[in-house]
Amino acid sequence: MKKFLILSGIALIFIAITGASIYSEGEPKPLKVYEKEGIVVKSYDYNGLEYFLKQDNDTTYVVNFWATWCMPCIEELPYFEKLNAEYKDQKVKVILVSLDMSKQVESRLIPFMQKKKLQSKVLLLNDPDANAWIERVDQSWSGAIPATVIYKKQNRKFYERSFTYEELEKEVKQFN
Amino acid sequence: MKSIKTLAVVLLVGVMSAFTVKDSEGYKLGDAVEDFSLKNVDGKKVSLKDYKDAKGFIVIFTCNHCPYAIAYEDRIIALDKKYSKLGYPVIAINPNNPEKQKDDSYDLMKVRAKEKGFTFPYLFDDGQKIFPKFGATKTPHVYVVQKTAKGNVVEYIGAIDDNYEDEKAVKQTYVQNAVDALLQGKEVPIRQTKAIGCSIKA
Repeated sequence: MKKFLILSGIALIFIAITGASIYSEGEPKPLKVYEKEGIVVKSYDYNGLEYFLKQDNDTTYVVNFWATWCMPCIEELPYFEKLNAEYKDQKVKVILVSLDMSKQVESRLIPFMQKKKLQSKVLLLNDPDANAWIERVDQSWSGAIPATVIYKKQNRKFYERSFTYEELEKEVKQFN
Repeated sequence: MKSIKTLAVVLLVGVMSAFTVKDSEGYKLGDAVEDFSLKNVDGKKVSLKDYKDAKGFIVIFTCNHCPYAIAYEDRIIALDKKYSKLGYPVIAINPNNPEKQKDDSYDLMKVRAKEKGFTFPYLFDDGQKIFPKFGATKTPHVYVVQKTAKGNVVEYIGAIDDNYEDEKAVKQTYVQNAVDALLQGKEVPIRQTKAIGCSIKA
């Protein structure tokens, strides 16, 4: 009986630990998973995306809203890529939220990612009723892109503007 | 010495007014818009005052290159077809600087207007002076104005509807609802919305 109790106790602890880790690492269920030539892109509605805007850990998240058709976004993309690479070991994570049209993921977004060899995490926000979520990202956002959220825990800043690498690095350093 | 003081004052005023302009961020709901005179794709200048019989206008900042603007082209044409005869014509304005976005040149505006058979004026904001007065930040960006004794008063600012990607999935036709309400002498139900769009390149 005693043995059984110990065993079940261990089992419970094991379940609790694995359960907790699955829960904390678990990303929300995507609307759709696109896959082409080894590149995977998950799409989310805003409720799903919010998970990536509300991480509560010691990493600084740099969330950039962009699209393949947005020229100033494409111009600053290399800086986000550079930041992601150079700050990899300093708990900085770049998430590129694409606002490309969902029907162009396979024809435009993935080929673009492949051509530019993007290394940062890329998600697709597929939620056409933008009026319902733009202000949930930030009250001041007009909806123009590029736009960027930088946050660490509760400390958060929103930028409706383009960046150079130096400007981006300067902002991120304020969080680290 | 005096001239240095004068210079300092001039500089200070200059800096302050620069900030004031930046802070104002354009027309708000209820503001009367200043008329403008901009060149249409047919070479003629167009002003709001030219429309003697209009009850108001659907002013849309749009352009050639932006996929969101392109996605809305047919809906903009439909808006003009429906509402110009009811007194609310569409006035489209391209706010982009072609030096920054070569696809939005005046010559290419002419091409696009012809290709799509635009039934409304498609005006070039030469020098990018008009869009900042409105406070437009992206394309497409709509301002519905109503002609009143006070002038052309802003009654709606924002998106055309709630689904740029799929017209069939639209649930809320914001601009139509606004104009319909104005035509019926009612309050505009939703007066301001936000949408994703291409930032204006000035």
